[in-house]
Amino acid sequence: MNSEAIVKETRAYHCLECGVCTSSCPVARVRPSFSPRLLVEKALFGFGDEIVRDRDLWSCLVCGRCTSRCPSNVDYLNFIKEMRIEASKLGEKGLFSHDGILNTIMELQSLSLRQKRTSWITDDLEVADEGEWFYFVGCLPYFDLVFGEGGYCDVGLKPTERARNTVRILNKMGIKPVVSNDERCCGHDLLWNGDLEGFRRLAELNLKTIEKSGAKKVICLCPEGYVTLKRDYPSYLGEQDIEVVQLYQLLADKLKEGKLNFVENGSDNPVKVTFHDPCSLGRIAEIYEEPREILSGIPGIELVEMERNRADALCCGTSGWVNCSSCSKQIQTERLKEAEATGADILLVACPKCGIHLSCAKYNSDIKIEIKDITDLIVEKMA
Amino acid sequence: MSEEFEPNIVGFACNWCSYAGADLAGTSRMKYPPNIRIIRVMCSGRVSPSFVLKAFQMGADGVLITGCHPGDCHYIAGNLKCEKTMETTRKLIDVLGIGEERLRLEWVSASEGSKFADVVTDFTNHIRGLGPILGKSQG
Repeated sequence: MNSEAIVKETRAYHCLECGVCTSSCPVARVRPSFSPRLLVEKALFGFGDEIVRDRDLWSCLVCGRCTSRCPSNVDYLNFIKEMRIEASKLGEKGLFSHDGILNTIMELQSLSLRQKRTSWITDDLEVADEGEWFYFVGCLPYFDLVFGEGGYCDVGLKPTERARNTVRILNKMGIKPVVSNDERCCGHDLLWNGDLEGFRRLAELNLKTIEKSGAKKVICLCPEGYVTLKRDYPSYLGEQDIEVVQLYQLLADKLKEGKLNFVENGSDNPVKVTFHDPCSLGRIAEIYEEPREILSGIPGIELVEMERNRADALCCGTSGWVNCSSCSKQIQTERLKEAEATGADILLVACPKCGIHLSCAKYNSDIKIEIKDITDLIVEKMA
Repeated sequence: MSEEFEPNIVGFACNWCSYAGADLAGTSRMKYPPNIRIIRVMCSGRVSPSFVLKAFQMGADGVLITGCHPGDCHYIAGNLKCEKTMETTRKLIDVLGIGEERLRLEWVSASEGSKFADVVTDFTNHIRGLGPILGKSQG
C-alpha cells in the first residue's frame, strides 16, 4: 500500500490539525521529536517516503490513545501498522531491545521445529489433547527463560506461573483445556513491527493447530494474543470458525452464574489494590469492566482507581520489543508513581508484558509497590 | 547416491585466548574439519543468546563458543558470565526445538592449539551424527 492508499484507508484526510493526538500521546510528552500529528500531516502532504525512513515511526507504542480521542476518527493504529509494513519492505526496522532475542524467537517459531513448550505443565493440572476449549498460551514459556530466574534479563518473574494459574482456574470451572505443543507465537509483534509475511506464516500454523484439536472456543489470557486471534486472524486470513474469549470475560460470566467463588476473608482491613488497564485489553478490545467485576467479587480487596484509568490509562511504555529507551523508562516510572499515589499496596496487571515492563522499571528504582498478576490473586482467593 | 551431511558450524572465539589458540592450531599445521566458521569476539562474555539464535536461524547446525579458562579472563569474569548466559540459552534452544546438544561451550587457552583442533573435530563429528535440524535444513 502506498502512502496515498494508507491515507485513504485510515481516513487521515479527515485530520483537523487539532493536535489532540500529540497532546494525548505518552511518547510525545517525553520525546518532543515524536508527533503523531506530524506523521499524519507528512502523509497528507505527500511525504510518505520521509515517514518510512523516520526512526520515530518505531517509537509509537500503538497504545491507541490518539485513535480513541481523535475527533475526526483517524485510525492512527492502522496508519502506523501500514507505514511500518511499507518501511520494512525497504529494509527499515525498529531498534530491537534485548539484542533482538525475542524477535528471533518469534521468527524461529515459523519454521517446522518440534518445540518443547509444554514443559511448564505440572501434575496437578488437567489438560487435554482434544476438546472444546483451546488454551492459547502464547509466549509465556519463552518469557520464563528470558525474564525468569537466571534468565538473560532476569527481573525476578515467573511468567509460566500465569499459564499454570490459567489452567488451575479453568479446571476449577470444570474446563479441561487443550494445550498444544505445536502452538506458536500469535504473531502480534511481527505484524506490528511490519513483518506481514512472518505474521501470516505463524497465523496459518496456529489455525491448523487449533483446527486439529477440534476446539471451537479459544481462550486467551494475554490481551495481545486475544486481539490478534479475534481481530487480526479473520482480517488477514478470512473468517474462522472459532470463538475467541478472553479469560476475564469468561470469569466475569462465571462469577455472575455463581460458578466462581472466593474464600471469605475474616479480617476487617481490606488490602488496597489498584488496576493497570493494558492497552490491548482496554482501548483496543474495550474490556474495561470485566476485570473490575471479578475484583469486586473478591472479599478482603478494595479497588482504588489510578487517576488515569480505563480509556485514559497510560501505556506500560514499550511494545513489540522495539525502541525501548529512556523515554519508555520515564513512562513506566510515571505509571508506577501514579499507582503508588493511590495508596494501594498492590498494583494488579492483566497482561504478562505489562508485568514484565513495569517490573523492569521497578527493578532499578526505589518504588515499593508490589506488582501482581490478577490470576495470582484469583488463584490465591479461589474457593 | 546420497551425499553425506556436512554441518555448518559457527564458532565464537575470544580474542585473548581461544582465537590465539585457533591461530596456534593453524600455524602448527594441525588438522581439523573445515565446517567451522570462526567469529572473533573480544570476550566470550560478549556472546549474547541472540547471537546464538541468529546463527541457528541463518542456517547453522551447531554453535561452538570458546573462551579463556575460568580465572584467566582478560576482563576478570567475562567467561563466567558467558557460562551463566549459555546455560539459559541452552534451555531456550531446547524449548524452541533446536536441541540443547547443538550448543557447546569450551575453555581453550592461547597455548592449547591441539585442544582447539580436538574440540572442533569432536563437535563437528557430534553434529554430523545429529544430522540437520529437523524441518529446517530439509526441503
